[in-house]
Amino acid sequence: MTVLAELKNLTKRFGERTVLDDVTLQIQEGEILGLLGPNGSGKTTLLKVLAFLLKSDTGEITFLGETVTEKNSERMRLESTMVFQKTMLFNTSVYNSVAYGLRIRKMPKNKIDEEVSRALRLVRLEGFEKRQAKKLSGGEQQRVALARALVLKTKLLLLDEPTANLDPKNASIIEEVIATANRELETTIVMATHNMFQAKSLPHRIALIEDGRITEVGTSTEIFGRLSKTLASFAAVENTFAGTAKISEDGSTLIDVGSSVHMVAVAKNVGEVSVFVSPEDIILSKSRFESSARNMFKGKIVELLDMDSVVRLKVDVGKTFTVQITKRSFNEMGLNLNTEVFLAFKASSVQII
Amino acid sequence: MNEILDGIVKALQLIFSGDPTFYGIVFRSLLFSGVATILAVLWALPIAMLLGLKDFPGKSVIKGFFTAMIGMPTVALGLFLWLMLSKAGPLGFLGLLYTPGAIILGEALLVTPLIVSIATETIEAVDPEMMNLAKTLGASDSQASIAVLKEAINGIVFSNAAGFNRAIAELGVALMVGGNMAGFTDVLTTNISTFNARADFPTAIALAIVLLVIVFGVNLIIVIARNPRVLLTMGRMPE
Repeated sequence: MTVLAELKNLTKRFGERTVLDDVTLQIQEGEILGLLGPNGSGKTTLLKVLAFLLKSDTGEITFLGETVTEKNSERMRLESTMVFQKTMLFNTSVYNSVAYGLRIRKMPKNKIDEEVSRALRLVRLEGFEKRQAKKLSGGEQQRVALARALVLKTKLLLLDEPTANLDPKNASIIEEVIATANRELETTIVMATHNMFQAKSLPHRIALIEDGRITEVGTSTEIFGRLSKTLASFAAVENTFAGTAKISEDGSTLIDVGSSVHMVAVAKNVGEVSVFVSPEDIILSKSRFESSARNMFKGKIVELLDMDSVVRLKVDVGKTFTVQITKRSFNEMGLNLNTEVFLAFKASSVQII
Repeated sequence: MNEILDGIVKALQLIFSGDPTFYGIVFRSLLFSGVATILAVLWALPIAMLLGLKDFPGKSVIKGFFTAMIGMPTVALGLFLWLMLSKAGPLGFLGLLYTPGAIILGEALLVTPLIVSIATETIEAVDPEMMNLAKTLGASDSQASIAVLKEAINGIVFSNAAGFNRAIAELGVALMVGGNMAGFTDVLTTNISTFNARADFPTAIALAIVLLVIVFGVNLIIVIARNPRVLLTMGRMPE
């Protein structure tokens, strides 16, 4: 794979505070790179440096084979665009908002019309051209912001928490658009996110950032397969519990996570532990069933999140577990709030972190 | 009360009289204050952009200075300008005293602090990330500044309108450096003052009413030009 951008030993300080600390990272052409870190870890600053809106104090950036300098940064910005976490729109129509960057690039009017309507179709806002951008709903506004960036067809697209504070429907549309842009327009994307499902499903690779340092880089399987304490501590990971582990009489590890919830695990740890169960490893049923799964709990559905093709459920079994099932399963099982369900997962699915 | 009613009748008579002297006064009022406002905008807007978009030491002191200057008495500025423009003054060689140029210069200086202060506040109220938004979409520094100005356009138009209102309604500068010379430097405010001094209250009131009508009219035109839909919604209850 070709390297699109390379950051070497970047450091950025705001006054006394070091926001980026010796960051070295490669962005491969055509990939989606997830940037995962707690608030204030330097994600937005890193994206702004990559958008050439901020200059690092030390270090070097290579983009499209060229070292980025003060002189060429304006030209480089034409190939790297950023969508901010806080949706910002010009006080004008949707058409003018999306057309802004194309007009800057002096594209002919008929071509702008074509590109704007294509971009709006991509974010499922066809026919919205004449509407006032600021009068749309929050989700629609964020989709306009995404269309405004996508229409430029830059080599690099930087997304700062693109689905933060959005309802599941809009979040799901944006996720689909991101995947389509990467697949069909071959746009390289760097995306800061807190959303674990999103981080697992969308990016090809994930970089963990903490206190301005990149602590781990790997595929989502690599990062989540061995969920590190760093990740669990900041990412508000669903299904992580603190508990006490002991070896039971039959030799298996029994973990008491409180509220009468005991999990069976394979790892032989004792004492204070933190455990994680991947939502995809949990099987949900309406009745108790026999299986090889060593962990089975009865509980009630306390929260439903419709995300278009999938539904996320929170089930209270004493502790709250997050489970994700397909929309079809959800409909066929006739689930609803307060429905009694059973959760089952293998002992090997209980990861001690 | 009778004098006010007489004034209203006289104002209507004047407006529809076709009297060239009266229309000359109105024209000069509009011209002097209009040109003065345009002149002030030419230097006030770059100052407001600098104050609104950049951070530098002493910025708050400069902002404070302009805010304080909004309240400058027009006669004080008129006196200062008279001293500067009089033959013995440092700018006496320009020969501007008692000319329309002196009034325009004086009114431009008078409204500068008002335009700078309102426009700066408006530009500062635009999200600071708006500049970065324009840049990340490919705008150069100057194109990004224009994008920010466009976002602040309502406030900027308001600052210009406020400047024009202050210029057309002021008396001190026009009287002191213009000299109220009939048919040359006399304007609505100086004539109101003159007719009042002559105890011709109906004419003074009539001119005051005309001045008010002009101020309302000009501001209404600005509002409609900014948003023609205002005309359609006039008289309707807000939704």
